Amino acid sequence: MNIDLKTYLLTDTASTRTRLLALGVLGLVLSFFGYFTNPAQFYHSWLVAFSFWATLGLGAFFFVLMHHVTGAFWSTVIRRIVESVMGALPLLLIFFIPIIFGLHTLYHWSDPGEDPLLIWKSPYLNTTFFGIRTVLYFIVWYLIISKLYKLSVNQTGEEDLRRMRRVSAAGTVIFALTFTFASFDWLMSTDAHWYSTIYGVYIFGGAYLSAIIFVVLFALFLQHNGILQKEITSEHYHDLGKLAFGFVIFWAYIAGSQYFLIWYGNIPEETVWFAHRWVGSWKTASLVLIAGHFIIPFIVLIFHAAKRNTGIFKAVALLLLVMHWVDLYWNIMPSLYPDGVRISWMDFSTMAGIGGIFLWKIWDNLTRHPVLPTADPYLMQSINFNKH
Amino acid sequence: MTKQTLYGFLAEFSTPGDLLQAAEKVRDAGYQKFDCHTPFPVHGLDDAMGMPRTKLGYVIGLFALLGAIGGFWLQAWTSTVGYPMVIAGKPYFSWQAFIIVTFGLMVLAGAFSALFGMFHFNRLPRLHHPLFNSENFKRATDDGFFISIEAQDTRFNPAETRTFLTKIGAKNVEAISSE
Repeated sequence: MNIDLKTYLLTDTASTRTRLLALGVLGLVLSFFGYFTNPAQFYHSWLVAFSFWATLGLGAFFFVLMHHVTGAFWSTVIRRIVESVMGALPLLLIFFIPIIFGLHTLYHWSDPGEDPLLIWKSPYLNTTFFGIRTVLYFIVWYLIISKLYKLSVNQTGEEDLRRMRRVSAAGTVIFALTFTFASFDWLMSTDAHWYSTIYGVYIFGGAYLSAIIFVVLFALFLQHNGILQKEITSEHYHDLGKLAFGFVIFWAYIAGSQYFLIWYGNIPEETVWFAHRWVGSWKTASLVLIAGHFIIPFIVLIFHAAKRNTGIFKAVALLLLVMHWVDLYWNIMPSLYPDGVRISWMDFSTMAGIGGIFLWKIWDNLTRHPVLPTADPYLMQSINFNKH
Repeated sequence: MTKQTLYGFLAEFSTPGDLLQAAEKVRDAGYQKFDCHTPFPVHGLDDAMGMPRTKLGYVIGLFALLGAIGGFWLQAWTSTVGYPMVIAGKPYFSWQAFIIVTFGLMVLAGAFSALFGMFHFNRLPRLHHPLFNSENFKRATDDGFFISIEAQDTRFNPAETRTFLTKIGAKNVEAISSE
């Protein structure tokens, strides 16, 4: 790939596009065959993969909202990258269709039977309302995202920044509500007896963290191919590193708070969720999560040099991205395999399938418009931005 | 009368830009014991002066770690050895319950070490400084931009340093006595 320095449009992008599309199609075809060998495995793997890419898109969405609401300029130089990720989110609605087909396998509440608790919850947890809610989330997200995206690519100056800020201010509130309910619906209700009011914030912590490190990896990938080598500096990586460090702690803080209150209260209907994740190899998975999602990145990212050294930062970012997947796997899979972790090839094929198409869409968004918001009055300030 | 010894030179510059350029030249000339005085923070001055990164972070990190270990040990010892009591049917050694106080003591020790470490590195508290002998120096809180070079510096030479400061654009150079 290359870049046209007059328009800041990427050129020779076809090979990357083809490769991502091929990866996606291959993954989807393999997963499709997987469905016939083991539907329950397919649906659960699919939900993990869908949640992974959806939370990544939602994290990027929140990144853009925060960029505008706070009037940040340091991140103007990477804004197009984040917007491209955000812009790929609405496409994921297509990949929700298999989940609708697998409702009875994934969610026990879809067929409450004689279970009094599930019958009591059925005014909220029923298949019709569940479908309506998911479509509603995507419509709301699509409206805000397309508004922000259009304003950004057609930006002419300062006035558009004010418009984007107004949209983002309202969007932040809407995001908080829709994200919380989406994580209740898609993830928490896989164990429909259990509930935790902080659950939405917990998933959000991982989602935003995954988006930050994805942007880091994406920027490194572009720079590796000779794009934006002078524009994105170690100052930008340093700030992304600080943000990532902050959200490593935030995730652990929220996960710890959730665990702590349940541990203290010691009420069986709440502790059962953690009890399920402390048997057999799930205990190992829990410990891996604590070490990989918190302790290791915390110790590494606390150092000034680690955030400015792209080699170290890249390694930590990759670890965290894998850990975000482990986190979602650890949230969803115990309801299918209560005895212990059982990794299947479908976990990978569904990740490649949804991921390939999702990344292809990101790439499509990014190559359609200049890779820098060239009309933004703060762009030069962002490029020359420094100070530790 | 006490013996009047030379503390150093105080050079005044007209604008923050002049000061920034002058600071770079003082740094490149190899001076170590010099400082800049401005009424407001001047962006990029740290780099122009060649200031190394502060070590305060490591001090805070160390004390925060000690605070966390101390806090955890305090609770672990009191609830298992010193005064073992069954609370809410939990085991004596309930590390989960200790985390909050451990965290609190980590923050406390970190915050105190940040404050007192800052004092230490800034050599505070200090009641008087030779630069206050200069009437002109009062403008450092208003509209004056100054560079002071101490006589203790190995590269310091009264005649040469004075001409050097004038050459790099100082409006006036004042000799400051240390008493």
